[in-house]
Amino acid sequence: MNNPLPQTEPSGYESLVKKDEKGVQNLSLMVSGAHCAGCIRKIESALLRENAVKNARLNFSTGRLQIGWEGPSARANDYVKTVESLGYGIKPYNPDAERESGEEEGRFLLLCTGVAGFATGNIMLLSIGLWTTDGETMGFATRELLHWISALISIPAVAYSGRPFFRSAFAALRKGHTNMDVPISVGVILAIVMSLWETVRGAEHAYFDSAVMLLFFLLIGRTFDWQARRNARSAATDLLQTLSGFASVIEKGKTRRVLVRDLREGMAISVAAGEKIPVDSILTQGRSSLDTSPVTGETLPRAVKPGDTVYAGMMNLSAPLTLKVVKAAEDSLLSDIVRLMEKAGQAQALYVRLADRVARLYTPVVHILALAAFLLWWGVLGIAWQQALMIAITVLIITCPCALGLAVPVVQVLASGLLMKRGILVKSGDALERLASIDTVLLDKTGTLTRGKPELTGIYDEKDLQLAASLAVRSRHPLSQALSQAYTGKMPDIKNAAEHPGQGLEGIFQGKAVKLGSRKWCGVKGPADHADLEICLAAEGEEPVFFRFADRLKEDAKETLGKLRAKHLGTILLSGDRKSVAESVAKTCGIEQAMGELTPVQKFEYLQKLKTEGHKILMVGDGLNDAPVLAGADISMAPGTAIDMAQNAADIVFMGEHLAPVNAAHDIAVFSQKLVAQNFLISILYNMIAIPIAFMGLVTPMVAALAMSGSSLLVIANSFRLKGKT
Amino acid sequence: MSILLYLIPAALFLGLVWLAAFVWSLKSGQYEDMEGAARRILLDDDESETD
Repeated sequence: MNNPLPQTEPSGYESLVKKDEKGVQNLSLMVSGAHCAGCIRKIESALLRENAVKNARLNFSTGRLQIGWEGPSARANDYVKTVESLGYGIKPYNPDAERESGEEEGRFLLLCTGVAGFATGNIMLLSIGLWTTDGETMGFATRELLHWISALISIPAVAYSGRPFFRSAFAALRKGHTNMDVPISVGVILAIVMSLWETVRGAEHAYFDSAVMLLFFLLIGRTFDWQARRNARSAATDLLQTLSGFASVIEKGKTRRVLVRDLREGMAISVAAGEKIPVDSILTQGRSSLDTSPVTGETLPRAVKPGDTVYAGMMNLSAPLTLKVVKAAEDSLLSDIVRLMEKAGQAQALYVRLADRVARLYTPVVHILALAAFLLWWGVLGIAWQQALMIAITVLIITCPCALGLAVPVVQVLASGLLMKRGILVKSGDALERLASIDTVLLDKTGTLTRGKPELTGIYDEKDLQLAASLAVRSRHPLSQALSQAYTGKMPDIKNAAEHPGQGLEGIFQGKAVKLGSRKWCGVKGPADHADLEICLAAEGEEPVFFRFADRLKEDAKETLGKLRAKHLGTILLSGDRKSVAESVAKTCGIEQAMGELTPVQKFEYLQKLKTEGHKILMVGDGLNDAPVLAGADISMAPGTAIDMAQNAADIVFMGEHLAPVNAAHDIAVFSQKLVAQNFLISILYNMIAIPIAFMGLVTPMVAALAMSGSSLLVIANSFRLKGKT
Repeated sequence: MSILLYLIPAALFLGLVWLAAFVWSLKSGQYEDMEGAARRILLDDDESETD
């Protein structure tokens, strides 16, 4: 492909290389854009083909690429270039950014589940004998042996694998209230203590198996829950991510590469054409045009000259610039927006998950019931205290929130998996809960409702298009890019081609002077008679040709919005672009309200206003100016084409160029909530039947545990109805 | 029932072997990249030539 634009060479990565004891150079990088097995193969084999490379492994889940090679550390830049030339994005790996704590918790849960599983299996093996016959038949000595071995296995196992529950219960009790884990911990510990007592006494029944089985099932539920939450990322992590990357610092006439987070006020940096401005700075040398859309949402670039202030995130389009850093990375406008996001995000954390709200009601009731059973049987009906305690424990176990503990996570994991197959990434389990409860949808315009890039519209003469495209391909201006992409034929060579930032391009073709750019540049008098974006092509001695562009709406924008309105959701368009454009787009799509020329702060204030009015809001946006609203809304979605910051602020990210996923995700969220409600109903029905039976002393803890598993299976089976909803 | 004196320790031993294997697999990072592992199955293994 004809691409005369210079690409930026990777450099500076050698400073991140670490040598290990075996003398192998190790480098970790963050790769973006790897979406499938083929990508893993492409990247790893491209690197392994190099003789010096000893190992190359891409962690698909986190995007971390680890390379090990023997030789000079400067090779790092070559390897980066290798991967970039395959079409993937590379950033330095930031160890703080990895969700280490999330992974550790997962490993801990898996370990506890494994130990509980081992204990459950082995004790059940012994229990078969214990429950199918009685002490007289098998011999009391045998029974004692089996009891003691069960005790030996279960006590350490419970002490080890019950830790997630004990820790959580203890933490809650210390704060003066209870949570789901308190009855579980109480039940399990009581069961073990009581069983031990019975074993020492030489009694007939012990309940070690119930205790460990209970823990095992609950741990499975916990692990599911963790998996559903796994993809959540905090705003703080993302600030670190965006501060990754290098900048070129000019010191005493020499340039060196420095990590963006190490830039300080007063430093002189140079930004080449095609690079992003790393920090807020003042332009000291050079003239160029900047693409400000990541920060402002404007489609048209802005011309800049020495003395202008430029912000982190803007893309330099035409010529190299020298800048003086005004604010260090953490203080840039970017970071201010992130701080706004974090504050908004903290308010979000107060959202109490449905499951926890149920637990608050549930646990005191459960404890009271168990205590009542004990008192009734022992105090009133006068049976032995051990048997009364047995009944109380049975009540505790049978009311165990096992099914309740699974009711929500199973549905969330299944729903997330289903959505992921459709290219919709849900980052946390409760995102779906919140999505189901919305009543208003806020939408951004550029990049969300529209494709985000201007496209050439209208019919033009082939020769005109060819000439214009041949000139346009030399510029990074969005309209030039759109023009050159619209032409697919051969591009003839233009002599003396030059770009004048802010004005246009010129060159010589077949002996005639040719100009491509604004009307003024091409010498056309008078303003345009239309409101579209345009470029003018003027060849010497010929009539000027006007090329028009539009940022087209996504194909299914109108349809999707129609479906949302049919569900009685309010729709509002929030845009940073001109009011007239916002209003016309809103009218075309059928959006009720439109607001234009909004700054990021104004968008956020509008969100706050709606929230105080009691609305539950879904925000769909893709730019930096949407980030605070994405973080502050009850639930937010961003397209896969959004900037990293928006994708990280959003709760849900959807791939592809369509708007339909917004509606699809809402449908599935609503259905999932229905299933969760049904699951709760099943659990409660089961409890309502089982508790009286346990209360009356008709059930042993063993049977209670089995019944509990039965209800859990029922809940899981009900959740699988999601699969049918394709 | 004295056979139990052999059988129970044998069963427990096997169980412990499983637990050890599970802990090893956890510690050696086999659960790190579940998504990646799922995708790698689909790759053909044509790189078995010279090593």
